[in-house]
Amino acid sequence: MVPTSYYLILSALVFTIGVIGVLVRRNALVIFMSVEMMMNAVNLTLVALARQLGSLDGQVFVFIVMAVAAAEVAIGLAIVMEIVRHRDTTNVDELDLLKW
Amino acid sequence: MELVLFLIFGFLALVGSLGVILSRNVVHSALFLLLNFLMLGLLYLVLGAQFLAVSQFIVYAGAIVVLFLFVIMLIGSESVGDFVSKGRRVAAYLGMFLALFFFAGLAYAVGVRVFLPPQGAPGFGAIESVGKLLFTEFLVPFELVSILLLVAMVGAIALAHQVWPAPSREPKE
Repeated sequence: MVPTSYYLILSALVFTIGVIGVLVRRNALVIFMSVEMMMNAVNLTLVALARQLGSLDGQVFVFIVMAVAAAEVAIGLAIVMEIVRHRDTTNVDELDLLKW
Repeated sequence: MELVLFLIFGFLALVGSLGVILSRNVVHSALFLLLNFLMLGLLYLVLGAQFLAVSQFIVYAGAIVVLFLFVIMLIGSESVGDFVSKGRRVAAYLGMFLALFFFAGLAYAVGVRVFLPPQGAPGFGAIESVGKLLFTEFLVPFELVSILLLVAMVGAIALAHQVWPAPSREPKE
């Protein structure tokens, strides 16, 4: 069996790539995809640790995270659509209306 | 055998996630995201979580990526170009440095722990056992999730629904 720490390292790598995407890219859609990737990395951690502990609770958490991610994507993409309709851009640097 | 599968799927998952943040075209990003999701689903299978693997394929690969592609196509390519910030290289490097620092912390946290060999229970991760757990111990969260999905659906429709022409405020006589 593959040691649990391999899975944890892999998910840390994917999570870090997601963090870089959020910090470096300026396209709202790509940032959104990176956030989804980070959620997936955490899901992998939960599944790996569920196997490690021999308990199924982690898998139930992953199921609930998936439902939350689906809801988040629906709302978030609706917001992106609305932003594009009003401002005609998905560049987050141009969305500074609230900047003081 | 399991190690070989882990290495293949893990490598492809990393390729997918790097492709998401490196590709210039948003459609390519979405397709790399699909690759990442599929590979993580296969890793769930390797871990013995069949139910989650199938949900991963249906929810993430099936629904979420398609939703992303839908929105990209609806917006049109002119407003979804690439915005790697010009003249802000410093910000990008700083972001990468921060992320590497973050990864070092995570790797340290994982590295200092010594894990015993995993203890899988019989029938672990099969649909039967997960379903039993979902409908007994986690029944209330399960039902709350359905309310959450309903609210999200109503919210998405309310946000994205375009009333055209705009309804007049005055009551019609």
